[in-house]
Amino acid sequence: MSATHDAAHSDHGGAGLKLYFAVFAALLVGTWLTVWVAGRDFGVWNTPIALAIACTKAALVLLYFMHVRWSSRVVWMAAAIGFVFLVILLAFTLSDYFTRDWLEIYSAPLKSR
Amino acid sequence: MSDSYGGHGALAHHFEDLEQQREAHTLGMWAFLVTEILFFGGLFAAYVVYRSAYPEAFANASNQLDPVLGGINTAVLIGSSFTMVLAVHAAQQRRKWAIFGWLWATIVLGTAFLGVKYVEYHHKWEHHLIPGPNFLFEGQPGGSEQLFFALYFSMTGLHAFHMVIGAGILVWLSVLALKGRFDEPGRNAVEMTGLYWHFVDLVWIFLFPLLYLLGRHQ
Repeated sequence: MSATHDAAHSDHGGAGLKLYFAVFAALLVGTWLTVWVAGRDFGVWNTPIALAIACTKAALVLLYFMHVRWSSRVVWMAAAIGFVFLVILLAFTLSDYFTRDWLEIYSAPLKSR
Repeated sequence: MSDSYGGHGALAHHFEDLEQQREAHTLGMWAFLVTEILFFGGLFAAYVVYRSAYPEAFANASNQLDPVLGGINTAVLIGSSFTMVLAVHAAQQRRKWAIFGWLWATIVLGTAFLGVKYVEYHHKWEHHLIPGPNFLFEGQPGGSEQLFFALYFSMTGLHAFHMVIGAGILVWLSVLALKGRFDEPGRNAVEMTGLYWHFVDLVWIFLFPLLYLLGRHQ
């Protein structure tokens, strides 16, 4: 990274064109990788692998294209809080749906209750 | 528009300096994006619940989608994010024609994405894959595959709707760029629109494997 690029950081938040191009290339490779692994069967790991690649691509977009890497702490917090609430939304929803079978009374036919 | 800046250049009167103004713009945009994360998050939650309830139907229904078109669209959308970031870069350097050019490159790529989406939707229409009374899956009416297609159309439809709005904002920005509105420091509109555009890209990065590729290995 040259001195002019570093100056651009402090001034406006952002990076040089080379870094943007590298991120763009990495995202395209990630897309190819997504398609490639989808054609193979990893059993229960199919979805975790697909999500791991998607999360890596998402992190690249967030940090570099959306400039979060060069943003202030308060912007970091605002961005992170969105995903914290997303985890809360998913965790509470799924802890209901995925545990309904655990109690026999709910999974038993209606007439036997 | 110049009234909102009090006629004293790019700095609004209620901010101390341009840096504070820029920080406030960024934070405000992120507050909006947090609501967007949860807006799409509700649909993702519905997707997880129904996919775990009907895994076979979801895999079979997913195989009706074209992963080549989906993959091309993913590359096109990532390309549009790249041109958007170049537009933001040009705006930081206050290069009017570069801003205009990269904004239009982004608009063209975004429109290409929507064009491919139209081809895909049309194919689903022809093959009776729209949920409702005319739904047919492998010749059979009804079935749990409808749940997949209901989620497919609501998730990709909401995503495409965001892109239409984004493209409209980009056209507006390109006009402002030519009028010289980004010639002075402290104009953050291109950068804030960039945050929105990249967020829409972010959503698609998850939609592509979750909708197009989940039954491919069978």
